[in-house]
Amino acid sequence: MDYQQNTTSNNNFEECIKCTICTVYCPVTAVNPDYPGPKQAGPDGERYRLKKPFFYDEALKYCLNCKRCEVACPSNVKIGDIIQAARIKYSAHSPALRDRMLASTDFVGTMATPFAPIVNATLRFKPVKKIMDCVLKIDDHRTFPSYAGQVFTSWYRKNAAARQNDYPRQVSYFHGCYVQYNFPQLGKDLVTVMNAVGYGVQLLEKEKCCGVAKIANRLIKEAKRDADINMASIRKSVVDENRPVIATSSTCTFTMRDEYPHLLDIDNADVRDEIMLATRFLYRLVDEGKVKLAFKSDYRKRVAYHTPCHMEKLGWAIYSVSLLKMIPGLDFVHLDSQCCGIAGTYGFKKENYKYSQAIGQPLFDQIKREHVDVVATDCETCKWQIEMSADVPVANPISIIAEALDIEKTIELNKTI
Amino acid sequence: MNIENKQHYDVIVIGGGATGAGTARDCSMRGLKTLLVERFDFTAGATGRNHGLLHSGARYAVTDQESASECIKENMILRRITRHCVEDTGGLFVTLPEDDLAYQNNFVECCRKAGIDAQPISPEEAIRIEPAVNHKIIGAVKVPDGAVDPFRLTVANVVDARRHGAHVLTYHEVVGFLKDQNRVTGVELLDTKTGERSVEYADLVINAGGIWGHHIAELAGVKVNMFPAKGALLIFGHRINNVVINRCRKPADADILVPGDTISLIGTTSSRIPYDQIDNMEVTPEEVDVLMREGTKIAPSLAYTRILRAYAGVRPLVAADNDPSGRSISRGIVCLDHATRDGLEGFITITGGKLMTYRLMAEWATDLACKKLGVNAKCRTAETPLPGSELDRHEPQTDMERKSHVIALSTDQKAAEGRHGSLSTEIKYKSDEDEALVCECEQVSVGEIKYAIDSLHCENLINLRRRTRMGMGTCQGELCACRAAGILVKSNRCVDRTLRDLSAFINERWKGMYPVAWGESLVEAQFMSWLYESVCGLDRIAKPEDKIDEK
Repeated sequence: MDYQQNTTSNNNFEECIKCTICTVYCPVTAVNPDYPGPKQAGPDGERYRLKKPFFYDEALKYCLNCKRCEVACPSNVKIGDIIQAARIKYSAHSPALRDRMLASTDFVGTMATPFAPIVNATLRFKPVKKIMDCVLKIDDHRTFPSYAGQVFTSWYRKNAAARQNDYPRQVSYFHGCYVQYNFPQLGKDLVTVMNAVGYGVQLLEKEKCCGVAKIANRLIKEAKRDADINMASIRKSVVDENRPVIATSSTCTFTMRDEYPHLLDIDNADVRDEIMLATRFLYRLVDEGKVKLAFKSDYRKRVAYHTPCHMEKLGWAIYSVSLLKMIPGLDFVHLDSQCCGIAGTYGFKKENYKYSQAIGQPLFDQIKREHVDVVATDCETCKWQIEMSADVPVANPISIIAEALDIEKTIELNKTI
Repeated sequence: MNIENKQHYDVIVIGGGATGAGTARDCSMRGLKTLLVERFDFTAGATGRNHGLLHSGARYAVTDQESASECIKENMILRRITRHCVEDTGGLFVTLPEDDLAYQNNFVECCRKAGIDAQPISPEEAIRIEPAVNHKIIGAVKVPDGAVDPFRLTVANVVDARRHGAHVLTYHEVVGFLKDQNRVTGVELLDTKTGERSVEYADLVINAGGIWGHHIAELAGVKVNMFPAKGALLIFGHRINNVVINRCRKPADADILVPGDTISLIGTTSSRIPYDQIDNMEVTPEEVDVLMREGTKIAPSLAYTRILRAYAGVRPLVAADNDPSGRSISRGIVCLDHATRDGLEGFITITGGKLMTYRLMAEWATDLACKKLGVNAKCRTAETPLPGSELDRHEPQTDMERKSHVIALSTDQKAAEGRHGSLSTEIKYKSDEDEALVCECEQVSVGEIKYAIDSLHCENLINLRRRTRMGMGTCQGELCACRAAGILVKSNRCVDRTLRDLSAFINERWKGMYPVAWGESLVEAQFMSWLYESVCGLDRIAKPEDKIDEK
């Protein structure tokens, strides 16, 4: 029979054979009985929503969008995408002022950085936190990441831009909101490392927030507008200038590669493979013998790697881990891959705080048991969560590499290649 | 047999389909002391094996004006009295390029004559209303079709009959008639589970056994010629269409696609089968082929949508009285008074017709029963809503809002309200356990299962499935069957019986999956067998031949 050779459906929901492995792996189901779990919220709920949007369950807002369900699924069902798409399509609640504020990382960042010292002090001030807790329902246990006095791009233009064209090979850098407004040092570290191996680092013509927070808070129109601008710049870099795009945030990378086509309906197939995480880009260069790394002989640190959920979904933790393991003086600990609980803006919301902390607890416990000097991870929100909850410094693998790298020797090694 | 303690009924109705249940309701509402007997479960026969289409009558308009106008009248009545079992999807009759567009004009004309609101619309408009329809259609007519759930419809009739004092016996087969000269005085019953025999007495026995009525009439010593016509259908995994799609041509195979609850159904085929095969309904590969070939013409996405199962039912076609050959078959209602026809007093047969006209059939049968019993009571079934569809619906209920700490009703609570209408207030969510789900695909909670066991005449898992949709979803019982068995065993307190029941339930699910066992459905079936055979060892505890509701 010619019919029924394949069954296809949106996000493969029909391929679900109800094995329920996704629900076993869901970090939310384990701590929040009000959340129906990925199987019910995803493929099961979809059948009812197809019958009538009335059957949409507002409890879907508890989904972290960690995509661990998708990693677990043996049938390739895009469970996380089904849930996010349903929230976007059916939720009757429009995003609150708080959600808009949390989601507009770039706008808020632009407004805050000129007054960074004042803003930082204010946001740490207990009465202000109380007010934000009561009025905006942003949990007062949380502290906003502090804003930098100088945004990354200003530093770059002043201190780095001029010499980048001197390098034989070029790459574009998608710095993201965190590096831009909160932690330019990571961007500086990236420039240091890439320059050392002979790569010039260029900025994209225009860069907007990747949109992950807007998608999570259902500000789809706004997310799409930003995404279109990003895609145009990425295309220009990849197609016209033959420069791959690298990023230091696993979430930005994941969003631009996978959420754009699945949730924002933006076709990125032509450039998707050229959007990469910096550690993957670097590892592959090392692996192919195209660059060489030399490390300081006196570097000694015990470092634990935490796998962010989106790294798990990308399947790229291996690149960051392998790079870290190249550092001779580094005592490496691979933490169990589990969600830290913050999931971007999710953990900032008062109603989610206790679940957020409950989800992360086993991870925090493990970190404390391991007595490490620093935790390495590719995601900035995981960093905030772990620093707050496990009381240990957290750094991006690129920063650790920059710190451990013998820069002079590396430059020397790569000149001859 | 102990006669002294026996009740004497005014009427015994044989058959737990829609017609039998409707007749029991009508009789009891008119004050007759009524007993309803069914050899298996309610809706185990043709009532539970059809499209679940709330016909507008348009399908019969060209060929059978009388049926068409009966349909549209009953359609409007059912929308009123059984709102919770009906979904107003609307329907389309579409003309494909290979069909004759001239048929459409005649069709619209005939619909109007029968009183059916048939409006020709442009193909573009039809595609807008129902995007799943074949975009190559050259003509379309809008009609007031809908979907009706025959399981809940029948049970609502039973619930109301009981409220009016009727007694109900399921799993009791009529194996003989008690007669006094030329008068039927009662029936001899066989408890199909225990094998015990008993008798029940009544002034009048109404045969509403559908196709099985042929055999029941024979037991009473009269002949009603019925010709079984088998119709096969396929169930798809989710809703493809939200509007009923019919093909605008002379009724033929696989030309109706109905959105029923969470799924879509394509059907039917039509083939005459020998009477001795009516308890042996298996869907053949040829039937599946025909359904797919024709079905994909009206909705191309059927070609790549997962099929959950296949099933077949038997239409009772009745030969006109003076034609033993069976050539002049009527699809209309046949109500026979065997006193005038055969000289046998106290026996009525109500048959023919269709699910849509079950209420009218019940009305005819009850009118005749009242006349024979000398009771003067008016039929009120066309005005009185069925339990679950009462107009004065309760305000949103406190019990239902137990999960209100979440935000609003959860999907399963919304689904339960859809299934049981205002009766859903009787579902109790007393504990966290009651809020947990038994069936995740069809969103059936522990509370709903308990309610069904307590109030909806459920003894086994298949009964529970028909009352709640448990096990009717994508996984076909893979996850819910053992959970439901766990609840059931608390009420029947018999582990052995429940295990065999579990085995029977899974056998029954497999029967429907077998004709379409490929792709994901096959993977699912394999997974289910790992769970129940390899992990639970069910095949060693229960017998693979365990069956319920089948001969």
